Amino acid sequence: MSVRTLPLLFLNLGGEMLYILDQRLRAQNIPGDKARKVLHDIISTMFNRKFMEELFKPQELYSKKALRTVYDRLAHASIMRLNQASMDKLYDLMTMAFKHQVLLCPRPKDVLLVTFNHLDAIKGFIQDSPAILHQVEEIFRQLTEVKCFFLLCLWQTYGGLSAGEFQLIRQTLLTFFQDLHIRVSLFLKDKVQNSNGRFVLPVSGPVPWGTEVPGLIRMFDSKGKEVKKVEFKHGGNYVTAPKEGSFELYGDRVLKLGTNMYSVNRPVETHMSGASKNLAPRTQENIAPNPLAKEELNFLARLMGGMEIKKPSGPEPGFRLNLFTTDEEEEQAALTRPEELSYEVINIQATQDQQRNEELARIMGELEVTDQPRQSASKGDDLLAMMDGL
Amino acid sequence: MYVWVARPRLLAVRTCVVSMVAVDSQGPQDSAVRMFRRERSIPLRGSAAALCNNLSVLQLPSRNLTHFGVVHGPSAQLVSAAPEGVPLAQRQLHAKEGAGVSPPLITQVHWCVLPFRVLLVLTSHRGIQMYESDGSVMVYWHALDSGDASPVQAVFARGIAASGHFICVGTWSGQILVFDIPAKGPNIVLSEELAGHQTPVTDIATEPAQGQDYVADMVTADDSGLLCVWRSGPEFKLLTRIPGFGVPCPSVQLWHGTVAAGYGDGQVRLYEASTGTLHVQISAHARAICALDLAPEAGKVEHCHGECVPDTQVCGARFCDPSGSSFAVTGYDLAEILRFSSV
Repeated sequence: MSVRTLPLLFLNLGGEMLYILDQRLRAQNIPGDKARKVLHDIISTMFNRKFMEELFKPQELYSKKALRTVYDRLAHASIMRLNQASMDKLYDLMTMAFKHQVLLCPRPKDVLLVTFNHLDAIKGFIQDSPAILHQVEEIFRQLTEVKCFFLLCLWQTYGGLSAGEFQLIRQTLLTFFQDLHIRVSLFLKDKVQNSNGRFVLPVSGPVPWGTEVPGLIRMFDSKGKEVKKVEFKHGGNYVTAPKEGSFELYGDRVLKLGTNMYSVNRPVETHMSGASKNLAPRTQENIAPNPLAKEELNFLARLMGGMEIKKPSGPEPGFRLNLFTTDEEEEQAALTRPEELSYEVINIQATQDQQRNEELARIMGELEVTDQPRQSASKGDDLLAMMDGL
Repeated sequence: MYVWVARPRLLAVRTCVVSMVAVDSQGPQDSAVRMFRRERSIPLRGSAAALCNNLSVLQLPSRNLTHFGVVHGPSAQLVSAAPEGVPLAQRQLHAKEGAGVSPPLITQVHWCVLPFRVLLVLTSHRGIQMYESDGSVMVYWHALDSGDASPVQAVFARGIAASGHFICVGTWSGQILVFDIPAKGPNIVLSEELAGHQTPVTDIATEPAQGQDYVADMVTADDSGLLCVWRSGPEFKLLTRIPGFGVPCPSVQLWHGTVAAGYGDGQVRLYEASTGTLHVQISAHARAICALDLAPEAGKVEHCHGECVPDTQVCGARFCDPSGSSFAVTGYDLAEILRFSSV
């Protein structure tokens, strides 16, 4: 499969994660400055230069389980904590949302427009805030530099790709999402998803840019002159595409896929009920020990090694975010999650190689929350010190 | 998914009818004038992968059986069914393991009907596997040479067709590998490597060479939309090239000297194989064509049927009999083979 897929997968899933966290932070009435800090911390971790360098190296996609580890770490890049059940739900929502976007992209290349939509929205999360304005400006400056680096990487990797190569990327992404049919309340409500978990594929609207509206047969003679035209009824209801989305730094993307669909009070629920028989083949994959797990852990360790997670700074207490409406719901979800959808924390004791084990343990260790807050002169210094590491 | 069944006609020289089905990856809610009806589906153990040409059909009329082959991912499924679609036997085949983070993925599975035997060919990101037709015994393995590939390039084999006693397989580099197949046994030899494409091969189509009338008997297609037309033999000869315009051609067929090609922009085009002259251009679909099949028969050209399977991204389509009175379709994430037959 395509070895250029991971950056697209990572950024788009990350973008969805930010949309969902943003909505939950507001729904749970977390104070504005704390909420903003969480989002800023996650964004700055995502765009860490060292991490991006690792991300953009040509590599195969990880399994859904392995990739979840990366997002678990990312979600805990700040003062926010998530229980396993909430992290599971977050990942479910992220993956189903991006699956939907990939499926509905008119052209394989349009996944880049979806990526730009996420990027554009991420810029919007770096908001001015009276309380931490100078810090925000500093973050923004650093992030702008870093984002330029990211966009450069993006262009270098995808700028010259052919339609065929984008088709392969699309197939790689769809392989990653194959057999995932989690029902999301918001999708069901918006009639974007059917009750069997499958997405609705519309058959009306604009055709992809570069495609003609179907319905015409043209016949030519041996000299290439058109000699006959016959129309036929196609069955769908299509119109010509008005314009192509912009692939520039700024521009009208035209495509709405990848924009934030979670407004302030739309709940983000998932349905875990009824493990369908479609999930049966995947059960094998989850339960049987994967002989390639060691290889995957190696690559994963290298990728995560580039992630700079700072320790919680100052006396600021952390808080727990709940992706469910109540704590009881969260507990219940943890108990009733179907076997084939469980994401066990990767067991590093499974690795044979002691050195590799230690290296991974060191990286994984940074996931642990230290109870003693770091001694520091001021919040600002800590943030700037963190930024210097970028 | 919109399935478009048509009977195209060539102008001028000869009239011929081909019942053709071209499928895209979208799905309308209502159906056009019905000439085909849904039949009983055949269940699969695993869903179909989002590949192009992801369905192969082997008709065995003497045994009243039809074999179906579908790629799931790292495995492919073979199902045998009785005429009414009743499944009789299932088998799973896997891509040969190799180095890498994840198990290698299969790109295509296809039955090759040769003069004295039928072989099942499986292409993957590692190489080419050939089996006896029921998938019970692997008779040949060819590992792909990734020597020239840059680190960003995906290495794989894709595009499978039988031509006489040869089996031709396409590769990521654009090369076509020609394997000489003995009447029986495993002494399969790579006899030729054809150069003609610069981008990954997508599909290969062949038809029996029919003497003077139809010189061309093989057409190969690639990611840039280029079509190469060949004449088979102890050495294959490139007859003509039909340029693409950067739009991939995922699926191609050849019948009585006519090339039928489906493109990534939803177009279907019919060309005269020996000269490359365009005869018919059809704005068939609103999404990329991902599979195309021909059922040879005599007749004329017109669009005769549109069928739809709601909310399914189709990835494979094949006629199940030579007259084109029935066909089967697979869809991404769908763990069944959909069947249709004419009323």
